[in-house]
Amino acid sequence: MKHLLSAADLSRDDAILVLDTAAELAAVTDRSVKKLPTLRGRTVVNLFFEDSTRTRISFEVAAKRLSADVINFAAKGSSVSKGESLKDTALTLEAMGADAVVIRHGSSGAPHRLATAGWIGGSVVNAGDGTHEHPTQALLDAFTMRRHLRDGAGDLDGLRVAIVGDILHSRVARSNVLLLRTLGAHVTLVAPPTLMPYGVESWPCDVSYDIDRVLPGVDAVMMLRVQAERMHAAYFPSTLEYSRLYGLDARRMGLLPPHAIVMHPGPMNRGMEISADVADSSRAVMVEQVANGVSVRMAVLYLLLGGMKEEI
Amino acid sequence: MPISAGRSAASPTRSWRTTRGVALAHRIAAEINSIEGSEVPVGSLDITLYRDDLRLRPARALVPTMIPPGGIDDKTVILVDDVLYSGRTVRAALDALNDVGRPAAVQLAVLVDRGHRQLPIRPDYVGKNLPTSLAEQVRVEVAEVDGSDQVTILGEER
Repeated sequence: MKHLLSAADLSRDDAILVLDTAAELAAVTDRSVKKLPTLRGRTVVNLFFEDSTRTRISFEVAAKRLSADVINFAAKGSSVSKGESLKDTALTLEAMGADAVVIRHGSSGAPHRLATAGWIGGSVVNAGDGTHEHPTQALLDAFTMRRHLRDGAGDLDGLRVAIVGDILHSRVARSNVLLLRTLGAHVTLVAPPTLMPYGVESWPCDVSYDIDRVLPGVDAVMMLRVQAERMHAAYFPSTLEYSRLYGLDARRMGLLPPHAIVMHPGPMNRGMEISADVADSSRAVMVEQVANGVSVRMAVLYLLLGGMKEEI
Repeated sequence: MPISAGRSAASPTRSWRTTRGVALAHRIAAEINSIEGSEVPVGSLDITLYRDDLRLRPARALVPTMIPPGGIDDKTVILVDDVLYSGRTVRAALDALNDVGRPAAVQLAVLVDRGHRQLPIRPDYVGKNLPTSLAEQVRVEVAEVDGSDQVTILGEER
């Protein structure tokens, strides 16, 4: 595998290889020397056209733990604001010898264009493109579920997961549906009808509009942020109504089975899709998701860059 | 404390990647325990991420690293492996150990020393010196992994 563009590119064995590799690499975090020499002399460029805290820092830490050189490129403050195209930016990075480009872009399909247009020779990792996909987030979510609910090994066969919130604008939801399905889990999407994507009935998952009916039957619930910055129309009457109908508060958390975990890819809007007491409860694994993100991204970078360069 | 240098390279098939060195380390530890009556901790080391030939092959899956509780600081660590050949695996293992802690001393025990060193590395304990040609392969089987104990010299393939 040369690029990681979509969770759909991963077979069941590929996905388990990434998760198993991440489990081994997680041990490095507990050592006094948090560094491996594996990617010494390789250059990883973080090409971020959209704002990000977690993902960018996570990729940076992951690359540095593997001894790669990291260049952070934010569109703000670069020549992009002077009107430079994606192609010219890519050619510049190629001339500087990037072995991998980790790209986040507001337009769906930008990583695919970067990987297939022949502008660069290195690997491309999709770190979130528009409303399309965010495969490393899905991998870290699967890793977190596997640790809590499957003793950290194998696949997620039979696991039941609810993804609740702004599915329409969520690349996290799309990648998670694809990856969880590959790993054998059963996903139910929950959202108001206006926030369900067009054609969702063809996705490999169930759809519900009633969160209270779904929660008692799941092992994990993933709350998604309402992405106000992508909303150019009124999708629901008021934030208060949304939070009453679809927000996760202490009462709703009580509907979950005792072993179930609460997840959120971040950033959270406390009081909107998740209440503060739920976000701070012992069943919420958000902080662990962030830590697991580093291990999973180390695994992805190692598997893409650690071996010999693939031809083509 | 014997620690085995995990050889994760030898061959692409899954079964040969199981580390024979780990089995040998457990046996040596058991011998020491029976003589001295003290418990010698045993660990294992996957050196894949420290190899110098990573870029010559596709990326490999990792095998577990187990550092004994209490760590290796200020202890004498005996690296155990089945076959000593180029010395590159041992070099990688020394680097890996260095990142785990600072042992008082590191010694090297191998079942078979087949020569042809490519690095200035020599073993402290050798089961058997086995002169070989570069074209030959030495295959160690241990009962824990393979069902029987034997060392085979595989001749040149024709």
